[in-house]
Amino acid sequence: MQIIVTGILLSGTYALIALGLTLQYGVARIMNIANGETLVAGCFIAFWLFVSLSINPIFGLLIIAPLAFALNWGIYQVALRPLVQRAKNRGMLEVDSILATFGLMFLLQGLMLLAFGGEYVNYQFLAERFMLFGSAYGLNRVVAFCAAVLIAVALYLFLYHTRQGTAVRAVAADPASANLVAIDVAKTAAMAFALGGALTACGGALLSTFYTFNAAMGITFTMKALIIVIMGGVGDVRGAIIAALMLGVAETAVASLIDPGLTIAATYALFVLVLLIRPQGLFGRRTT
Amino acid sequence: MTSLPFGLTQQELKTGAIGAAAVLVAALLPVFDQAYYLALGVNIMLYAALCTAWSLFSGPTHYISLATAAFFGLGTYAVGLGIDHLPFPLLVAIGAGCGAVLAGIVGAATLRLSGVYFVIFTLGLAELVRQLVTWGQSKLTTRMGLYVFTDFTEKHIFWMLLALTVAVFVTGWLINRSRLGFAMQVIGNDETVARHVGIDTARAKIILFMVSGAFIGIAGAICAPRYAYIQATSAFNPTISFLVVIMALLGGTKRLWGPLVGVIPFTILMDFVTAKFPNHTSIVMGIAFLAIVYFIPNGVTGVIEQVQARWKARSGAAARQPTEVRP
Repeated sequence: MQIIVTGILLSGTYALIALGLTLQYGVARIMNIANGETLVAGCFIAFWLFVSLSINPIFGLLIIAPLAFALNWGIYQVALRPLVQRAKNRGMLEVDSILATFGLMFLLQGLMLLAFGGEYVNYQFLAERFMLFGSAYGLNRVVAFCAAVLIAVALYLFLYHTRQGTAVRAVAADPASANLVAIDVAKTAAMAFALGGALTACGGALLSTFYTFNAAMGITFTMKALIIVIMGGVGDVRGAIIAALMLGVAETAVASLIDPGLTIAATYALFVLVLLIRPQGLFGRRTT
Repeated sequence: MTSLPFGLTQQELKTGAIGAAAVLVAALLPVFDQAYYLALGVNIMLYAALCTAWSLFSGPTHYISLATAAFFGLGTYAVGLGIDHLPFPLLVAIGAGCGAVLAGIVGAATLRLSGVYFVIFTLGLAELVRQLVTWGQSKLTTRMGLYVFTDFTEKHIFWMLLALTVAVFVTGWLINRSRLGFAMQVIGNDETVARHVGIDTARAKIILFMVSGAFIGIAGAICAPRYAYIQATSAFNPTISFLVVIMALLGGTKRLWGPLVGVIPFTILMDFVTAKFPNHTSIVMGIAFLAIVYFIPNGVTGVIEQVQARWKARSGAAARQPTEVRP
């Protein structure tokens, strides 16, 4: 029981990161390997806001989200638009965007290493006991989970109950057809990419409240997010959330039952299962 | 033209002779210097072998493999674990076997699907193998590191890596002449067409990936004596995977000798950067990736060929023009 609750609490932030990536990959068609770096940046900004300006990380989201949105919009327009325009087909764009975002990943990681150093950092925020089903959990974890749920619900409402959200889903389904019904595909893609970055940064800010982080950990989270996205089906919000729950619980179970050093192995075991059984994702449709 | 044995052409014979001469010159390096330049030479040879082996698979398929560190580390560990019990050549063979088996497993799981799955899977593979090895070590043994004491010095390692590079080149050339190489060419140009003409695309890709993985495993095994003390974090260092991708793409993967063009300058550059600006290595790698994607997507050899083609077209046009003007 304790494992399941801890896993679910952890999966809240995983879900946000993966939702960010699924928007970037599913809608903007950019496989963003530098996504983990956005997350780490979110961690450090939240830390900095809390320590030097004593801004509560939850309110800090109001600063971090717009900032990350603007920054990712810029990255998309400057660095990734040329690749989208250059690519002759989807496969070429995938290879190009993976390589370009590898470059971004190293660049951002290097800059953050210079700025913050390579040490592990954490800070005390709401480090109190919170009783749930007769066991104690960190209050910061519970608060982070609740905030993640609120953000995910807001995203769901946006995607499924607004005009703009419908446009985003249309581009995810088929950019060429979306163009035919007067959707500005380029603008929507840029918006989705920026929104994805904002979500990831929020996930990072929430993660920083209960997790020890450093400048070089981005790649691990990118990988987890990628695996969640593939498990859930690319561009699928519900799938990503359920996959994040599965991954969070599986990881916590392996860490507490077998060995804390085997979390990647747990992630991979799930990944292989998905690849062998449902490569199109939990809710994805089979494509030819 | 007189016919040559094995269906060789004059051009191939000439390239082979130039290659053999280059290998001979390279093999003499340890005679002249035993210190800095030899160490640099070992690095260049290592990456030459790794990048060429990487391109055997990733060149024709366009699949970006980040599994290099996993194969390399397996090779290193094969030597580290067995050096007290088995002869070195056998351990190198075991390293090759481990690399091939791991490549086979990864290939079977991902190569039937689209390229993205493959990239993601290989991205974490080194970390996965590292975790498993560390876990196994902590369960079965008490110490975390392994000592490798041999009589090999830097120059022996250099010669072994040179021999390995030659072996990779010869294998690559043989593959290009074989049915497998032809199949890979068709797959690289259009996979749907390849399937329609009856090529088992997944099988061809898996075989090629296994060959590439085996060579990288051998490289890891050869380098084990160089480290002397082997730890999981250094043997499965993911930076190796990324450096191999950068160098191979910088050189260009369309030609067998393409990666070599990228390896030599970039190894020297990285050597300089790690010595002078150790905190800036990831920034340099980031800029290198971006520069390759935006400015030289086909690598240096791609640029050379483009220039050659343009030059040929211009001189060809100049030669043709008078014939058109004639009444």
